[in-house]
Amino acid sequence: MQEWFLDQKDKFYLNFIKDDRWRYLWDGLGVTLQITFFAVLIGIAIGMVIAAIKSTHDKTIDSIRIKILKYFLKFLNFLCNIYLTIIRGTPVVVQLMIAYYIIFQSSNNKVTIAILAFGINSGAYVAEIIRSGIMSIDAGQTEAGRSLGFNYIQTMFYIVIPQAFKNVLPALANEFIVLLKETSVSGYIALQDLTKGGDIIRGRTFDAFMPLFAVAVIYLIMVIFFTKLVNILERRLRKSER
Amino acid sequence: MNDNYLIETKDLCKYYNDGKIKALDNVNIGVEKGEVVVVIGPSGSGKSTFLRSLNLLEMPTSGKIIFEGHDITNHKSNINKHRQKMGMVFQHFNLFPHMNVLKNMTIAPIKLLKMSKQEAEEKAMDLLRRVGLADRSNAYPSQLSGGQKQRVAIVRALCMNPDVMLFDEPTSALDPEMVGEVLDVMKNLAKEGMTMVCVTHEMGFAKEVGDRVIFMDEGMVGEVGTPDQIFSDPQNLRTKQFLQSVL
Ligand SMILES: Nc1ncnc2c1ncn2[C@@H]1O[C@H](COP(=O)(O)OP(=O)(O)O)[C@@H](O)[C@H]1O
Ligand SMILES: [Mg+2]
Repeated sequence: MQEWFLDQKDKFYLNFIKDDRWRYLWDGLGVTLQITFFAVLIGIAIGMVIAAIKSTHDKTIDSIRIKILKYFLKFLNFLCNIYLTIIRGTPVVVQLMIAYYIIFQSSNNKVTIAILAFGINSGAYVAEIIRSGIMSIDAGQTEAGRSLGFNYIQTMFYIVIPQAFKNVLPALANEFIVLLKETSVSGYIALQDLTKGGDIIRGRTFDAFMPLFAVAVIYLIMVIFFTKLVNILERRLRKSER
Repeated sequence: MNDNYLIETKDLCKYYNDGKIKALDNVNIGVEKGEVVVVIGPSGSGKSTFLRSLNLLEMPTSGKIIFEGHDITNHKSNINKHRQKMGMVFQHFNLFPHMNVLKNMTIAPIKLLKMSKQEAEEKAMDLLRRVGLADRSNAYPSQLSGGQKQRVAIVRALCMNPDVMLFDEPTSALDPEMVGEVLDVMKNLAKEGMTMVCVTHEMGFAKEVGDRVIFMDEGMVGEVGTPDQIFSDPQNLRTKQFLQSVL
């Protein structure tokens, strides 16, 4: 028993303390958080634009009386559908590699490329989350808003979106947590994120258990933390309405 | 052409499914200022479609709607401006669940009429007092009974100072014991001279405050007359059959 503990102590020293190897995890964590954070921002931005176009199309196309506007909206909707189909129809790691080796091959800024790739990927999922949230609001709400004299955009901002937001918050938060874990494939473009950091240690020490276990625990703690945060926020929002 | 009409429809048609369903078939109706028009008819006869066309919640397939002298079906007309003058009350209330009663009532006058918050709230409180709901001004819709919700929906529309009120079966979703409180509000409104178009199955209401009754049948106006004429001496066989089935 004592022997086992001494053994573990040695292994801990070897994997994390010697040559400051913990820095691989620490720096990797920084990269992971950085990619996730900025990708989330891009994802939300893209998602909101796509959701706005698609739900405007679905809700108003039959009542638009100006022909050219109608065709323009149909064209935008078509572009959105292409984007959604391609992004959701292919694995994110393939998209990441295409971004790095083909689209941005002249650039060497891996972090930025990863942020863009994950952001563009996440945008497709965020768009569908927001859109379904908007479409889930009863048509009577829009009609009540319009009948008071609000235009389409005012009705969306004052009446539909505040209600949709509460409905989609859990799904949106879940998407970010998924993204946090998904960035673990960044190693495919030789980016040293948290996962890759653990893998590098494993390569140096020839011990798989400790570094990979440490990586898993760090992801787990972050996921639990963010889930808690979202639950608190959700409860707050619900309390304000009942 | 009658210059007294506040709203007038001319050959109003609304088709669905490429013309297979004629929800409205050449409807010509004029509503005078101060008049209370009650629309009755069997389910699916086009009552809702007619009412919802008046403020263009349904876009007519053809025909015209003249409101206060403007052809609002012309796409150059500013429909949002005209809708401010047409209050609408729905069967399912459609209150905004994320706002309390006061906010439900004041958001439109504040944002659209540029009323100050204080002025809008004073007006809203005044209206709430008149329908006996002043003590519920801070409640959220989910905390109200059906009858209370519908009374709030009516005063929410009134906050915009509309020239006409449109009602689409305002008591149909209510428990029977709550119908009276909503009808009372509507009767008072009628007596104060509000122009009203009401789709309803409440024949007592039609007799008491209606100036004219329109019987709709398969998208067409089957019969028009005073409540007396329609209820005691209907000319149209379909009107007779319908009245027998509901009275
Ligand atoms: N969005 C729609 N699509 C297809 N048919 C519709 C739609 N709305 C109404 N209709 C049809 O139009 C007719 C009139 O409906 P409606 O005006 O709701 O009748 P009412 O209010 O008198 O019950 C019905 O046959 C109905 O099925
Ligand atoms: Mg109806």
